[in-house]
Amino acid sequence: MTGCVVPPEPIPDADSAPFWDALREGILLYQRCANCGHAQLYFRAMCKTCWSRAIESVPASGLGTVYSFTIVHQAGHAGLAGDVPYTLGLVDLDEGPRLLARLAPEAGAIGAQVRAATFAAGAFDLLRFDLVEPAR
Amino acid sequence: MASAAPAAPHLAPGRRPRVAIVGAAESDYGRCPGRTELDLHAEAAERALAQAGIAKAEVDGLFTLTQQFLRCPSLTVGEYLGIRPTYQDCTHVGGASFEVMVEHALAALVAGRCRVALITYGSTQLSSAGRNLGVEFAPISPIAQQYEEPYGLSLVAAHALAAQRHMHLYGTTSAQLAEIAVTMRRHAGLNPLARYRDPITIDDVLASRMIASPLHKLDCCVVTDGGGALVLTLEDRARDTAEVPVWVLGAAHASSHLHIIDMPDLTQTAAADTGPRAMAEAGIGPGDVDLLLAYDSFTITALLALEDLGFCAKGEGGAFVEDGRIGLGGALPMNPDGGALSSNHPGMRGIFLLIEAVRQLRGQGGPRQVEGAEIAVAHGVGGWLSSHGTVVLGKSPS
Repeated sequence: MTGCVVPPEPIPDADSAPFWDALREGILLYQRCANCGHAQLYFRAMCKTCWSRAIESVPASGLGTVYSFTIVHQAGHAGLAGDVPYTLGLVDLDEGPRLLARLAPEAGAIGAQVRAATFAAGAFDLLRFDLVEPAR
Repeated sequence: MASAAPAAPHLAPGRRPRVAIVGAAESDYGRCPGRTELDLHAEAAERALAQAGIAKAEVDGLFTLTQQFLRCPSLTVGEYLGIRPTYQDCTHVGGASFEVMVEHALAALVAGRCRVALITYGSTQLSSAGRNLGVEFAPISPIAQQYEEPYGLSLVAAHALAAQRHMHLYGTTSAQLAEIAVTMRRHAGLNPLARYRDPITIDDVLASRMIASPLHKLDCCVVTDGGGALVLTLEDRARDTAEVPVWVLGAAHASSHLHIIDMPDLTQTAAADTGPRAMAEAGIGPGDVDLLLAYDSFTITALLALEDLGFCAKGEGGAFVEDGRIGLGGALPMNPDGGALSSNHPGMRGIFLLIEAVRQLRGQGGPRQVEGAEIAVAHGVGGWLSSHGTVVLGKSPS
């Protein structure tokens, strides 16, 4: 291994560019199908359920519930070695879609109510969820 | 989870031409410095064909995959081996690929598309670890690259998310998961080729370094080099081979997602679909299985398979693995060779499950032989609990 390893950055594509552009403005978008009502993340060119192209980008409330979490002690990428330990969580947004993000350490509990925030990672903004209400 | 496809009794062994595995061999495995992946394919293929007493010129079906994700694996391997297949398949669904290939080979043989099917794999994942950092860091997909990897999701972390959820819902403990690792290590002590053979205790597992909670280092599979090969053919040809044939009684595969972010329920895998279908085709139920070869990339991987294949109810996997049930001499011996947790895991392990199953059904397990083994189930898992392939093998043709 030579020198420092750059952390992995998302490379937006035609499907996902609106998601990443909005996140830079501090807005978390999800997709909602105008045909069947399905709400989804990640960004696709069509509805995963009915294949309709009538999908709209909708701002999420940013509120959600921790579905599962893990405290990572060995980084998933050498470029993130300086971050350990860090908490990852799968968060179910109140609107339905699930996504992966960093969790604030105190939000590392299944069932915890959390709120989205962003943090700068290189040229991108990524998602971190902070604790709103502990799991009961 | 999609509802299970209906069982396919018309594919039951009594209603189709019978198919047997007539050769099954590993290459050298463990640490194989100075060897190439293709060399390991060749070594395993040579050994498997020699077992069968079948000449390479008879091979007309080639099913293959390499760890290094070469372009056109069947062309690469076919050319290296000097084989000109007229039927080929490089299905890549991760670790379960070889269970899927057995199903594909079965279908091709039954349909008359080939006469002798050779399945091969080779990997130098351990020895080339210092050289393939570019491969290691290559994004899995555009989706993972954007929505998972920037946050630092590792393969271990993805499985840890499933383990954490299972613990939350069902009260499964780290000690119960550790029981699987301890059992695999005990079995590995009977396998001279296993990567790690010194016994470990539950406390050793719990005291090992945390990689991604709740998974410790000893909840994770080893990294090795190694290759494997299988030779399959129809009954008429199988009756005339050198080794005792082992019969393919049923096979099924399914996938539910690739990325952990799109897995509908982290405690429910597609094994709940493949297990019942493969066993229905074979005309058996979980209680008939003498021996389970379950993919144990992580302790949680095997625990989910035990539940979803129907060996115990959902949520009861933790209790099931206690009391020696999955050990040699237990009610359902699992991975007598030591599994991925202690024996070998060269990138993708599915083929090794099948090879050990064949060895056991032939009664050639030596000190790790499961006495009286008549029916074995090999269950491969690939990706992020994504793909599942179940194969039922029998000592008798039906």
